[in-house]
Amino acid sequence: MGDRLMEKQSILSVIAKHREAGLIGFIIILSIVFQLLNPKFLTIGNLANLITNTTILIILAVGMMLVLITRGIDLSIGSTLALSGMTSSLFVSAYPGLNPLLAILLGIMVGIICGIILGYLVSIIGILPIIASLGLMNVYRGLTFWSSGGGWVSAHQMPASFKGIATSSFLGVNTLILIAIAIFLFFYFFVNYTITGRQIYAVGSNPESAEITGINSKKILLLVYTIMGGLSGLAGVLWVSKFASAQGDTASGYELTVIAACILGGVSIAGGVGRITGVLLGAILLGILDNALPLIDVSPFWQMGIEGGIILFAVLFNVIVNRAVQQNELARRVV
Amino acid sequence: MKRFVNLGLLMSLLLVFLAACGSNQPAEGGDGKAKHAVVFKNTGNPYGEKEMEGFKNAIEDLGGEAILRAPDDPSVEDQVKIIEELISQQVDSIAVVANDYDGLEPALKKAMNKGIKVLSLDSAVNGDSRMVHVNQADPEAIGRTQIEAVSEMIDGKGQIAILSATSQASNQNLWIEWMKKELEKPEYKDIELVKVAYGDDLRDKSVSETEALLQSYPDLKAIVAPTTVGIAAAAKVITDKGLIGDVVVTGLGLPSEMAAYIENGATPWMYLWNPLDVGYLAGHASHSLVEGDITGEAGDKFKAGELGEYEIIEGEDGTEILLGDPFRFDKENIEEWKEIY
Repeated sequence: MGDRLMEKQSILSVIAKHREAGLIGFIIILSIVFQLLNPKFLTIGNLANLITNTTILIILAVGMMLVLITRGIDLSIGSTLALSGMTSSLFVSAYPGLNPLLAILLGIMVGIICGIILGYLVSIIGILPIIASLGLMNVYRGLTFWSSGGGWVSAHQMPASFKGIATSSFLGVNTLILIAIAIFLFFYFFVNYTITGRQIYAVGSNPESAEITGINSKKILLLVYTIMGGLSGLAGVLWVSKFASAQGDTASGYELTVIAACILGGVSIAGGVGRITGVLLGAILLGILDNALPLIDVSPFWQMGIEGGIILFAVLFNVIVNRAVQQNELARRVV
Repeated sequence: MKRFVNLGLLMSLLLVFLAACGSNQPAEGGDGKAKHAVVFKNTGNPYGEKEMEGFKNAIEDLGGEAILRAPDDPSVEDQVKIIEELISQQVDSIAVVANDYDGLEPALKKAMNKGIKVLSLDSAVNGDSRMVHVNQADPEAIGRTQIEAVSEMIDGKGQIAILSATSQASNQNLWIEWMKKELEKPEYKDIELVKVAYGDDLRDKSVSETEALLQSYPDLKAIVAPTTVGIAAAAKVITDKGLIGDVVVTGLGLPSEMAAYIENGATPWMYLWNPLDVGYLAGHASHSLVEGDITGEAGDKFKAGELGEYEIIEGEDGTEILLGDPFRFDKENIEEWKEIY
């Protein structure tokens, strides 16, 4: 009996160590189910749609992971994305000859400024991240409406070069996918192999100890919100370029999807925990749901319910595994 | 010193915030003029801006005061809050573009009990919560016209799909019902409606739904999207995938948003009414209700400025005023309209 209990617990701890394996398994099962319901799911064309549509979520989820690791949260990213997208599209509609790279840079700059303001409020002033970002969410959204006078920037006002950012491809691979891969690789090395990257985890798992060991936690906090802002700014340009339209309410509420992707990927809201590979899988899982639920004939009322149910299931799974692992470790300590 | 710098930065942030919200404050007070309010679905929607502008033009022509309100998000709850505020402001009339067919009933009934004249425009509320509804066009004409158009585009043969907004949008659902009724006619016997998809008026979701339609129905000939975000998203997907000519997109859309796709051929033509006229007609109806020229009963007649005379008719649920047939936008006239709205 005792042996079996130990065996079960060690399986759980293996799963906890390789939580990504569990998530991959879940994704595979889900894909098989969708494939059985609609054989068009696993076709090259559809998978290309799926990955292209998920790139913006991946870019944002990587930034959100850093914020969540420091025990923070950023609810303003949807608004930052909209503001950056609106600013850059207004700019290219006024100067159609502008190099699209400059439009991307402009968007990133807008995002970085938004991020620095939030980082400043959180790290230097010491306002709770959820309050500060909630306030700025409305400020940035308001600025978006204000900058466009409530109007939209439509496809005919955007030069082809700007729309081409999202539709062009290099060596047969869509530019959005290439950008997402580059960002993923960069941050993979950043959080795992650089001192600053590791300090982010230190600040999140134990702020007091981190401070004692000489880590400037204020600087780290400012940094993660700035990175988040920059990535939101980039995502804003890509979003507007992809859909060839900038609206005041672009990506309204999208921050919650991004946070959901992180939590699905095993990032803890309590801070200190989170792996970038997990976040990638979490984003892909949500991308699969967005892509496949329209493919199978479910009623629109069920789509949201199913999506929410799967997120809840993943979080429950996380809680159960963590609890079991803790008990297991406590039991070992007694022995 | 550092503290002062911080304080200064905080203050400037606050100033930006105040500046951002200052321009959105509703007009308060008044000087004995009749106060007519209009509540749109959400802010930042150019279509809504035009509708409210038309309303304002009519009210100001008539010497009244127009109050233009809209929540940030298209939710029922926020519209209820705005209506409650307008009741306590003691306005004379409230015209509402509803986010939900039934959800505003308690708030609007309360307003009517206080003697405020209540009407809906564009997206209706149920017959019990309003005195009259200003319908941008005959739902029957809209539904039937779109099917006639799509049939002409695909030579009366092939699979079509509908891409709508949300599954609860009252106007969308009514138009779709009429499209289905029109499809029952024998001349459309070779047209098959394969699916009604819902893009929720979100760009990303509308794109996913369009892509799913193309994947699931490789022989699809046309997508009818009676909503601006949906039709633009569908036309964008068709453009990006190089399917112009193979799959046509039509429906209802904003000319500015659709100009690029009408010019490139993804959408041969599409329809919409003039939102300025919808608002303008609603403004005149508000005025006539407050003046007591009409009561909202079928058969009442009133003059709506430059639009001419209108008669209130019995609708499916409550009485209505119909603006007229939808307006066709194609390669010939899009150049002129894309700058307007």
